[in-house]
Amino acid sequence: MISNLAFTTPLLLAALVALPILWWLLRAVPPAPIKRRFPGIALLLGLKDDESQTDTTPWWLMLLRMLAVAGLIIGFAGPILNPEDRQPGNGPLLIVMDGSWASARDWPARTARVETVLAEAARDGRPAAILKLTDPQADALDFVAADALSPQVAGITPDAWFPAGNLAEQIETITEGATFDTVWFSDGLDHPARTDVAALFEAKGALKVIQSGRPAFALRPARFEGSDVAITAIRADADGARELTLTALGPDPNGVEQELARAIATFAAGETEAEVVLALPTELRNRIRRFEISGVRSAGAVTLTDDALKRREVGLLASNDGQEAADLLSPLFYLRRALVPTADLIDGTLEDMLLASPDVLIMADIATLSEDETATLTDWVDEGGLLVRFAGPRTAASDIEVNDPLMPVRLRAGGRSVGGAMSWGEPKTLRAFTRDSPFFGLPLPEDIEVVSQVVAQPDPELAERTIASLADGTPLVTRRQFGEGQIVLFHVTANAEWSTLPLSGLFVQMLERLAISTRPAELTIEDLAGTTWQPEDVLDGYGRVRSADALAGIPGELLVERDLGPDLRPGLYSNDDRRVALNVVSAEQVISPAAWPDTVMVEGIVTAEETPLTGLLLTGALALLMIDILASLWLGGRLSMKKPATIAVAILALALPQMAEAQAAEERALEATSEVVLAYVKTGDTALDRVSRQGLEGLSFSLFRRTSIEPAAPIQVDLETDELSFYPLIYWPITEDQPTPSSEAYTKLNRYLRTGGMIVFDTRDGNLGGFGSSSPRGRKLQALARPLDIPALEPVPSDHVLTRAFYLLQDFPGRHAGNSVWVESAPADAEQADGIPFRNLNDGVTPVLIGGNDWASAWARDENGRPLFPVGRGFGGERQREMSVRFGINLVMHVLTGNYKSDQVHVPALLDRLGN
Amino acid sequence: MNQDPAINPAGLRHRAEAHASAFPALLAEAEHLAATVLLGDHGRRRSGMGDEFWQYRPAVSGDPQRTIDWRRSARGDEQFVRQKEWQAAQSVMFWVDDALSMTFTGGDDRPTKGHRARVLALALCVLLNRGGERFGLANRGTPPRRGEAQLSRIAGHLMAPAGDSDYGTPNARVLPAGSRAVFLSDFFGDPDPVSEALTRATDRGVKGTLIQILDPDEEAFPYDGRTVFETMSGNTRFETLKAGNLKDAYLKRLADRKAHLQDLCRATGWRYLCHHTDTGALKALMWAYRALDHAQ
Repeated sequence: MISNLAFTTPLLLAALVALPILWWLLRAVPPAPIKRRFPGIALLLGLKDDESQTDTTPWWLMLLRMLAVAGLIIGFAGPILNPEDRQPGNGPLLIVMDGSWASARDWPARTARVETVLAEAARDGRPAAILKLTDPQADALDFVAADALSPQVAGITPDAWFPAGNLAEQIETITEGATFDTVWFSDGLDHPARTDVAALFEAKGALKVIQSGRPAFALRPARFEGSDVAITAIRADADGARELTLTALGPDPNGVEQELARAIATFAAGETEAEVVLALPTELRNRIRRFEISGVRSAGAVTLTDDALKRREVGLLASNDGQEAADLLSPLFYLRRALVPTADLIDGTLEDMLLASPDVLIMADIATLSEDETATLTDWVDEGGLLVRFAGPRTAASDIEVNDPLMPVRLRAGGRSVGGAMSWGEPKTLRAFTRDSPFFGLPLPEDIEVVSQVVAQPDPELAERTIASLADGTPLVTRRQFGEGQIVLFHVTANAEWSTLPLSGLFVQMLERLAISTRPAELTIEDLAGTTWQPEDVLDGYGRVRSADALAGIPGELLVERDLGPDLRPGLYSNDDRRVALNVVSAEQVISPAAWPDTVMVEGIVTAEETPLTGLLLTGALALLMIDILASLWLGGRLSMKKPATIAVAILALALPQMAEAQAAEERALEATSEVVLAYVKTGDTALDRVSRQGLEGLSFSLFRRTSIEPAAPIQVDLETDELSFYPLIYWPITEDQPTPSSEAYTKLNRYLRTGGMIVFDTRDGNLGGFGSSSPRGRKLQALARPLDIPALEPVPSDHVLTRAFYLLQDFPGRHAGNSVWVESAPADAEQADGIPFRNLNDGVTPVLIGGNDWASAWARDENGRPLFPVGRGFGGERQREMSVRFGINLVMHVLTGNYKSDQVHVPALLDRLGN
Repeated sequence: MNQDPAINPAGLRHRAEAHASAFPALLAEAEHLAATVLLGDHGRRRSGMGDEFWQYRPAVSGDPQRTIDWRRSARGDEQFVRQKEWQAAQSVMFWVDDALSMTFTGGDDRPTKGHRARVLALALCVLLNRGGERFGLANRGTPPRRGEAQLSRIAGHLMAPAGDSDYGTPNARVLPAGSRAVFLSDFFGDPDPVSEALTRATDRGVKGTLIQILDPDEEAFPYDGRTVFETMSGNTRFETLKAGNLKDAYLKRLADRKAHLQDLCRATGWRYLCHHTDTGALKALMWAYRALDHAQ
């Protein structure tokens, strides 16, 4: 505070020395006597004053005067709060921008400040250069005229990564020999190179750091916690509790990107991590493409999901003759062991499993299928299914030379046996995978032996379809594209009968590479060695997903190293059917606030404005002198005490305006009556009450923007304790378990309804089962409304004033649409005049409006004005939301203006009369 | 040219006109006040010497024959005596304090004590005039008479400029024996002349009423702080550093003064009223009128 204070004429402060002298002087002079003519003096004569202490001025009056005089002196000395120390610098100026994702949250403010700095440099005639640490230029810095740089500032965008670790050397080379002052726009987060770079800049000249005070948030990648998805939000500073809304986004069944789930992450005070666990249906979870912190514009606040978050549904089918085989001999035993941790397994008959539309179907040694089964299976594969088949004695024995469409290759009958007791050769080992194979790069364990296999017919396409083969070149795994899907055949059994492959780790890795099982969360070099990954989507610094068509593929090893930069952008990378998300924030990453050396000047982005305090101090001093006048008059008995109340009010109003503290209820009443306020009933359900509040806030916001109604923040009313008559409209959402109001509350409600109030009942269930009939909330509504004095109701007629109070509407949707909404019925004798589309309806406002469209959720907006709840789907849904807002506006208009719009039926008559 | 307005003819005329203009106003105010008192309450209501018919009563033995009203008696066999209402005229003398102390008022919203005293006196005169009594002003030795001319005369005397002394003393020598008297003053002056006047008046068979007229400020003493008090003429000064501290002592002395006046009245058979200028004059008027009436 003091450091932010400066004086224009500090010498004047010397006059403060005179204050003690003034004190002494004032103290010596008592207040002048007042002369009064008074006949009663005859009775006074001879009386004696018993004390003589009022001879001098009382100390508090002295203090008051001293303060006033001190205020005057200090005021005239010209104090200025937050003075701008505009010392014109000289020499080149380097503007350094962190440019990381963390600075994206207030990038416009940053660029605006950069432009101010550049403008200042231009005024001082300093050459300047801009250096973005996330993407430093390679050649030496080139200082140019500062105003020439200004146009470039708008073109600088934040990147989705942190500055590189070896930044200090890079900068050293490009700033070789130059001296300059530095203004560093920091994102406020620590990173490894920061200290070195700061030291470097300090060595070159003065360093000033400008960083924003806005908290930085980031999301760690989502991961599995049992069968639920856990996602962790992190933040840099641990001050205070804070809630964040996390949303999961992904395509809906129609392929339109939608919000699929939402959760609230709560940071406890002092915690930098907040974990949310989402229990989602598999089908929904597999569609999630990314998680976002809603309302935070930064790549760190977005985390893309990949295969690690998908669990494929795998159907397992084995031939079963009813024989009781030992577990270890079961054809599916090893598959189960391999798949259970990473996939959702389905068992059952083929038909049942296909109904569940699995991603993968594994058939172990099933040779013959009925025609129906073949047909449905073919369709399924054609639509994108992955059929994996394992060979076995049955396959070998079956008459398989017929071209089975569900086999990738034609097989020779009988198979072959190598290295068995009855054969000559050694058991075969595997040949290294070729580059075309999806298994390329997987290390081959030495101990894999194949003793039996089925053998493919030689075929021109055989080589191309083979993705793994034995050392002698016979195919071990073959694959064929079939429509959208593919068919894979392991030429060995799924158990250890024919080979040791199912016993090895390679088996698991192969399943994973075939995208049958989900890969473990952690990538390893081996997993990715030798693969090339094509970026599908990349994130920009703001966290927006950009298409990556123009970017080249990258080797898989780089994905593990995670050295994010211009060459390895965060995003979603794919290889065949596998996808890997490279997120800005890794699973263990911690973000912490930047620590700067004491020698560095740190400033906020938004500087406090220079405020001259002279006026304030002089006003204060004058006010004190006014009080002094009153006090002196009072002391001298000159102040008429016949009206003590008015004088007290005058003094209070002058000196202590805020002392007049009213009761809480009064404040509330004032709050409710000084502006239009929408109200909602407290139901006791915290989440629902919050939705009601947010809904009415959203509606108030829309009203404020679109109409001349400018409501204040909505107020929650407790039916039992609060006065209702202040509110034009009360929104009452119905829950099954809300308490029934007491009879006093009903009296109040009835009085409210009779005197022109309006209650909007919302069952929020979309009128399932029709109005008031069988839904639990409908019954609750009936129970709640029974004691209320509600007139006869009817569904809103098409000529009701609600349909044209502000917008022309015929439907009143909320989150639900198309349900009838009930209002007070029109009088039976309402007539329709000639040529007028509306009946001449009753006066006044309908006291109740009953519906179940969950309007508050459709109106609800967060503090940034973004809708909180999805409505409908796609553009149709947005249209529905718009309509629901329009309904809200019509509703409030109707409440506030009554049947004003209905009166327009008389317009033709009026015009007629005017014309004559 | 002599600029003393008291001698300067123009100044004299100016003052005369000012007073003359105020005089009908005073009279009008008094008439107005008196008009609120309904007649019918004022008659003697007893038979006696007078001109007005009072009642016929049956003659009883012992009535002189000439008192029998023959016209009434001729209508029947009984004899009636015609009685007249008793109409002994009273003399009521007023002393209205015209000292400077009576020119005081504590606020703009109420009249001076002197004004209130004059209005009360004149209104009483109007009522007495209507009741056929005689009245006079003891200040100037005006002999008691009746009639509109006497009213005008008294009003003129009341409008005369105030005396130059701070406090007034009642003049009891001019009171006719057996008459009634009304003294209107604040009685802030020396109490001895008052008691002397009262005893002397009682000696001459004069009974009457003391009306002490006080300003509310004199009753409440709402002063504080360093103050110099002066009499209305400015001849006497009293300085205090903290007037508020003197309040209790002042109020006690005021109460003593009132008690002294009441004792005096009790001893002499007079009646005492303390009237404040912030209350309406009518109440005091009614009280005084009834007091005069009952004293008979």
